[in-house]
Amino acid sequence: MKEYPVIGQMLHNGLTTCEGCSMEIVARAMLDILGPRTVMLTPPSCSAILTGAGLETGWKVPSFMSNLEAVAAYASGISEAYAILGVEDVNVVGFAGDGGTVDIGLQALSGAVERGHRFIYVCYDNEAYMNTGIQRSGATPPGAWTTTTPSGKIGPKKDVVAMLAAQGIPYLATASAGFIEDFQRKVRKAKDIDGPAYIHVHAPCPTGWRFAPRQTVNMARLAVNSGLWPLFEITGHRFRLTYRPKQLLPVGEYFRSQGRFSSLDDSALDLVEKEARDSYERLLKRHEEENG
Amino acid sequence: MTGHKYMALDGNAAVALGAALCRVQVVAAYPITPQTPIVERLASEISSGKLKARYINAESEHSALCATIGASLTGARAFTATASAGLALMHEVTGVAAGTRLPIVMPVVNRALPSPWSLWCDHSDAMGERDQGWIQLFAQNAQEALDFIIISYRLAEDERVLLPVMPSLDGFFTSHTVQGVKVPDQELVDVFLPPYRRSKPYFDFNEPAAINPLTTPDVFTEAKRGHQVAMENVRKVLPEVFGLFAQHFKRAYSPITPYRIEDAEIILVCMGSMVGTVKHTVDLLRGQGLKVGLLKITAFRPFFKTEVRECLKYAERVAVIDRSAGLGSEGPLSLEVKAALYPDGPAVYSFSAGLGGRDVTPRTIEKIVKYTATHKSTQDPVWADLKGGVLD
Repeated sequence: MKEYPVIGQMLHNGLTTCEGCSMEIVARAMLDILGPRTVMLTPPSCSAILTGAGLETGWKVPSFMSNLEAVAAYASGISEAYAILGVEDVNVVGFAGDGGTVDIGLQALSGAVERGHRFIYVCYDNEAYMNTGIQRSGATPPGAWTTTTPSGKIGPKKDVVAMLAAQGIPYLATASAGFIEDFQRKVRKAKDIDGPAYIHVHAPCPTGWRFAPRQTVNMARLAVNSGLWPLFEITGHRFRLTYRPKQLLPVGEYFRSQGRFSSLDDSALDLVEKEARDSYERLLKRHEEENG
Repeated sequence: MTGHKYMALDGNAAVALGAALCRVQVVAAYPITPQTPIVERLASEISSGKLKARYINAESEHSALCATIGASLTGARAFTATASAGLALMHEVTGVAAGTRLPIVMPVVNRALPSPWSLWCDHSDAMGERDQGWIQLFAQNAQEALDFIIISYRLAEDERVLLPVMPSLDGFFTSHTVQGVKVPDQELVDVFLPPYRRSKPYFDFNEPAAINPLTTPDVFTEAKRGHQVAMENVRKVLPEVFGLFAQHFKRAYSPITPYRIEDAEIILVCMGSMVGTVKHTVDLLRGQGLKVGLLKITAFRPFFKTEVRECLKYAERVAVIDRSAGLGSEGPLSLEVKAALYPDGPAVYSFSAGLGGRDVTPRTIEKIVKYTATHKSTQDPVWADLKGGVLD
């Protein structure tokens, strides 16, 4: 049996995240790589639970509670100030959910990336505003139930990864809470980039997606193995898939093991599956073209 | 050695030179009329290498202030500047800068808030921030605009204070009018304003803490109280800093400045660039035998209530001229003066004038004085320069 190292020691125990929270797994895995010379920025969101309430904090590194739309703007100032002060070894890290990233935080993120400050931005994408009680975000996938899309979301999931690729960000990656070693390799790369680095982590949420907390990692793996959430990175302009499933699973198991997709019938799932396959095929082709 | 160079500068250039003399380390800004020339000039100072600092071309005023806050959290001396709608956009985070107790200096080049749109001066932008916990100073002219930047950093970084400062200068009247300005020598400024060093850093990697976290009802009131205590400390520290500034630079300032009030029956109260015109009109009216005086307000936050009361209590009548309307009530300066004089001070007459860049002329001020002299009391605020209004 494989031995796993003890991870996540840069966060205290006894946090008040939900049972089965993937955001917490991601945070612990991220800080294992970044280490103690890190400043964490969290907006009001699930990640703010780690920053803490009252006189308690979860992080074993300095942190600042940002405004929801402004994580990347705060990071800009911290990063440039450390540069002028001659402090070169501090990781400035924004850790925000999908709402704080693809909706209200998009302007600040795009601006900071365009200006080219050295900072890392990790988005844990649980596909809705979970901390306020499961409201739709731009990253909510089509058909998904939320409290503000009671009959299922109409319209696509906003693709911020593609937007940032179009901006030519020096390092860009997708990752998954079900593939921690892959995520940690990406964090290690992001840490060494002399400029902005962005990692978008698919982060299943048992509370908002309606599945059993013990299934979090399985759910994340199903999304990747069904071709719904491909794992890749773009360094400079070079695209590389970092994980290739031997054979893509049908999407049905992913969709039917959560409670939020009851608005989608089997024919809708057939369409989703076809789109996912086509999209994955395109990525595979691009990967082969760019990596020989 | 005079200790300064005498230069012809507008208020914006004076502010930019003031910031450069303070050796600011991070400037994060977004262009907005009539503030833009301040940050253009700083960008040029940084680009030429004369000022060793980082310039962040933020994509909005909101991000500009957030970046300034971020920079200040690391212990760098941080600067931004704004006006009008830009300040309104920052409103959410002006509270963060103040509540986190950061010594940021952010000049506001006063411009009316929409709607309707106006490019020109009034104080409605700064007044929107009056309860956010910033120190607010109002400059009368370009010299004050420069000096108040230097004074503001010294005040903000005092550990008894640790609050952001918003020195205001009137859009166009001060920001774009060229005046003679004494620009102090760098060596003198360096002595007055040593490099910023916090005794305890915010981001301490040995003793990590969460800054600005969610608080419970158990903590919030005491945090706010600490902020209020710092504001109260300004009443003591600001006069000290003004005194120290006078020793170094031979220019004396005060939180409030009376002019010819000793035997005055009517005292006018105002702030900003109109102070000069009011002073001139006071002299004119004194020539006509009217016993008129002026109280200039430099520090609006904190408001120097006791000192204001001491200056006004022997007057028969007080006429306050606000450069914002205080819609639904009356001008904010007028409310402050009434509160300072409650319950047994002289009658206070509330006027607004100069909205959206309308010139506050000696004629308008004369009308204000005559109205005050001839009316027993006034129930409503009087819009002094309204076309077809009571004074027209």
